[in-house]
Amino acid sequence: MTIAGVQQYLDFAYVAAVILFILSLKWLSSPMTARWGVLAGEIGSAIAVAATLFNPEIVQYKWIIIMLIIGAGVGIPLGLVKMTAVPQRTALSHAFGAASAAMIGIAEYYVGVPHVTRFQMGEIGLEVIIGSLTFTGSLIAAGKLQEILPQRPIVYRGQNIVSLAVLGLAVLLAILMVVNPAQAWLFPIMVLVALAFGVLLVTPIGGADMPTVISLLNSYAGFSAALLGFVLNSKVLVVAGALDGSSGFILSVIMCKAMNRSFTNVLFGAFGQVTTSAAAAKEERPVRSASPEDAAGILEVARKVVIVPGYGMAVAQAQHKVRELYDALIKRGVDVQFAIHPVAGRMPGHMNVLLAEADVPYDHLKEMDEINGDFPQTDVALVIGANDVTNPAAKIDKSSPIFGMPVLDVEKAHTTMVIKRSMNPGFAGIDNPLYYMENTLMLFGDAKAFVTNIVKQLSSQN
Amino acid sequence: MPPDFISNVYVFIVAGFCGVELIKRVSPLLHTPLMSLTNALDAIVVVAAIIIAGRHETALTTVLGAIAIAASFSNMVGGFFITDRMLRMFKTGKAKQ
Repeated sequence: MTIAGVQQYLDFAYVAAVILFILSLKWLSSPMTARWGVLAGEIGSAIAVAATLFNPEIVQYKWIIIMLIIGAGVGIPLGLVKMTAVPQRTALSHAFGAASAAMIGIAEYYVGVPHVTRFQMGEIGLEVIIGSLTFTGSLIAAGKLQEILPQRPIVYRGQNIVSLAVLGLAVLLAILMVVNPAQAWLFPIMVLVALAFGVLLVTPIGGADMPTVISLLNSYAGFSAALLGFVLNSKVLVVAGALDGSSGFILSVIMCKAMNRSFTNVLFGAFGQVTTSAAAAKEERPVRSASPEDAAGILEVARKVVIVPGYGMAVAQAQHKVRELYDALIKRGVDVQFAIHPVAGRMPGHMNVLLAEADVPYDHLKEMDEINGDFPQTDVALVIGANDVTNPAAKIDKSSPIFGMPVLDVEKAHTTMVIKRSMNPGFAGIDNPLYYMENTLMLFGDAKAFVTNIVKQLSSQN
Repeated sequence: MPPDFISNVYVFIVAGFCGVELIKRVSPLLHTPLMSLTNALDAIVVVAAIIIAGRHETALTTVLGAIAIAASFSNMVGGFFITDRMLRMFKTGKAKQ
């Protein structure tokens, strides 16, 4: 068969892969069909990879086979991580995806030079810059999520100017290369500057903003793959990159809306530093605290309980104990629902996955808009490791840094119980008036230990 | 401007809109698996890496392509694997009984 003939069959395989990718996302819309979505994606990818191996341009298979085996060897353990480690695994996979897109772009430049046209150079430059900054940015995000790096925002004076200057330099280098694509010595400098910008971009961002950042990095990783499709004139890459990019983009928009912030504010706002002084100025106010016995007594006589989980539940690994509490209450005929704020945790959907892992049925996991109307009829709202997403100041206090952020109306429940380590505000330093309200009970302690004690009380009273 | 550029722009725009419409319909319940699934689909860049490494043009491009194969293929394998693991955990109250 001629080379052109083989190419035609390869194109058919890629079209099949694209159809399966679109079906894959379509089936993901509901938990009932979602696993079919994974299967469609797997078959599509397998077809595309298998077909590519028949590409007549390939002259040597040794390294391809070795690296595919290594890739599988790295990928399988990364697919087996604990559910609590999913945010950092996701950030790491954005880093891998962006790195491979950037490396292919770099290789493409060196294959072409000195015959790279200005137009190609523009495409390659943009692709390599986005891929490189996404690579280092995602590595920093993964480091923060794994707590190798501090989760609080790391900030210094004039930071935004330095970061933007570095980005400007990368773009300037790219423009210089477009003017004369044969200046190969500029290329590695451009890559290094873009890598440095990725570090500068994510380092100042705090843990609470991770859901937005991880979504943005997702979208960058996707768009760098789509751009690579333009560079290589490969439509399957353009489609897959556009799908991934638009997915990350939509998630970023949802996360920003859920925090009432703009992209620029997340990336350049360095949340937290302004507000610490304001919080420190607040005088000590009385709070009411309760023991596990008291809490169990109140929960026992409730008819409707809404549990509000947050990142604190994930940190304390309390999700399985929370499930036991859920079971104990359901057994007593209590109606138990979970209220999930879109930015609870460290990535979109984080709480849902943790609770699903702990075997909480997903029909009891309610989105914010779905459950907010229920709080006035709720006997007990139990907040476990969530803070800002329950802060009523977002609704009334114009001076609050989170004013305007949509929050869960937990204070409207007859009793609100908050499990929290201490009154110490988090790194964002935003005071939460909820804790001083008359119908709020503070349950001081580790989330897992406290829930365990409540469950013990409930079962001993049986 | 290369002749294929415009046809790639068409593909990008249609796929982008398609992606937006499909993803808007995904329940927030599944946003974490959504991210890992799109990541796995994005790992299709492995096909480009395979060609770069397989063309075996210079040592540099072969090495870059080879590393890119491992990085993207690990995303493909790991991404589908963990997405399926997550989705298996989502059960309704009825299904449990």
